[in-house]
Amino acid sequence: MTGSALTGGKDGRPAPGIRRRAAALLHRRPRLRLSLLLSAPLAWLVVVYLGALAAIFLTAFWTTDVFTGEVVRQFTLANFQTLLDEPVYRTVALRSLGVAAAVTLIDTAIGFPMALYMAKVARPRHRPYLVIAILAPLWAAYLVKAYAWRVMLSQGGLLDQVLGPFGLSSPGYGLTATVIVLAYLWLPYMILPLYAGLERLPDSLLDASGDLGARPLRTLRSVVLPLVFPSLVAGSIFTFSLSLGDYITVKIVGGRSQLLGNVVYDNIGAANNLPFAAAVATIPVVVMLGYLAAARRTGALREL
Amino acid sequence: MTLSPAARIALRVVMFLGLAVIYVPLLVVLVNSFNADSAFGWPPPGFTGRWWSQALHNEGAREAVLTSVKAGLGATAVALVLGSMAAFAVSRYRFFGRETVSLVVVLPIALPGIVTGIALSNAFQVVLKPLGIGLGLFTVIVGHATFCVVTIFNNVLARLRRTGTSLEEASADLGADTFQTFWHVTFPALRSALLAGGLLSFALSFDEIIVTTFTAGPGAQTLPIWIFSNLFRPNQAPVVNVLAAALIVLSVIPIWIAQRLSSGARGVA
Repeated sequence: MTGSALTGGKDGRPAPGIRRRAAALLHRRPRLRLSLLLSAPLAWLVVVYLGALAAIFLTAFWTTDVFTGEVVRQFTLANFQTLLDEPVYRTVALRSLGVAAAVTLIDTAIGFPMALYMAKVARPRHRPYLVIAILAPLWAAYLVKAYAWRVMLSQGGLLDQVLGPFGLSSPGYGLTATVIVLAYLWLPYMILPLYAGLERLPDSLLDASGDLGARPLRTLRSVVLPLVFPSLVAGSIFTFSLSLGDYITVKIVGGRSQLLGNVVYDNIGAANNLPFAAAVATIPVVVMLGYLAAARRTGALREL
Repeated sequence: MTLSPAARIALRVVMFLGLAVIYVPLLVVLVNSFNADSAFGWPPPGFTGRWWSQALHNEGAREAVLTSVKAGLGATAVALVLGSMAAFAVSRYRFFGRETVSLVVVLPIALPGIVTGIALSNAFQVVLKPLGIGLGLFTVIVGHATFCVVTIFNNVLARLRRTGTSLEEASADLGADTFQTFWHVTFPALRSALLAGGLLSFALSFDEIIVTTFTAGPGAQTLPIWIFSNLFRPNQAPVVNVLAAALIVLSVIPIWIAQRLSSGARGVA
């Protein structure tokens, strides 16, 4: 103990020589610092995640033995051939894309005015509370919210009672219900990036536009939209991707309609055909990689 | 923005209608957890606290909550370490492939959960099974950590960009070594960002069901999985209602903490 006290550092606490030497080494060699910093996260993400992704795509080119259900490790394009040949898969893929696009559009249409109100109309003092009001439901579980909608959409449920006097009724369980519930679930993911983008937008720019004679709609189109576009794309990555892969909401309120997620799920569970499930899963991945590549050009990835 | 009074009113109406739509379903679940009728009827014929005490004593639900907490804590711990390291590298160094690192960090949440789920599940079966490690809590933590890294990464990155390096340089000028500077200067500046990111990461893990379904196996049942497997069982409906309501009520806590954090951080900055 006395030994270490004698070599104590300036702050009076023991500073073992090895630590000092390591610190000096790290200080002198920024490249070493960088590679130490990158090693663990990259090892995890590249080996565990990208490795797993690569493996599953390899599997998509394999097939299963019809009799034993075992995976046959032999290169074949049969799974992709089936995807192309069977009209049902084209329908499901297009339906999933349609649902994802509809959800994204609805969330943009509702989320943009809300974010605009929060960032530019509400009093600055009230803004943090509005952000909390939008954030809070994110913490209430996904299942809870989907379940709440199942209750509201049910026959004789809240929607029926609210809409009844107007001569309307609940859409019941089906594709419409799926779109409504997904749009509800992912709305905060659209509002929050939009709000962050709008809040950063200096008021002086908007005033300048007004001073130059632009009406508010013109300002919105020529100044606000181009500047918050990356935030909008960032929000849409979430709404689009989360909708594209969902199968739980479909199971809860979707009735008999199926999305890509359900096809993948059923092929892993009931059908026990992992190679085909993997082939189906390449569809959303290819779509999302294209989306991300396009989003990257707008600078949206920095807004996530 | 110089908006006409009419436009302001229109925006205000959209805002409050939007908030109403966000909160009505949650209120329906809350009210329904006190519904005297065990079947879902609206409006409820009467109120009772019976289901809450029944849920409290439900063994399966209690274990599921415990599993979810363990998974959330484990995944958050891993994500805190990995996310901070990556954020430091990206914010403080210029190197080849820097943009790619950000992309790889975002990818696990930008790709649909079902893809992450089947990819990890397949990899675990191929690599871990021969080692005698089956699907369970461990694989759930690995899966969750993979997509939680991004929340820590984003929070820490934003904080590092805002604080800059001048304080650290001052610390080095005053004779502190790399570790002392980190411990006494950098880390305190990051603390609230780490806590905020950690909360978000925990919530993400606690709520996640798709990746969990594929990585949990029969051994580790998290709360979302338990709820989902009981969702369509009529005699479990009251317990599911109560759990749902409890999750809504409990969600106030992290929001409150996060709010305290952000107001505290503003005081410092």
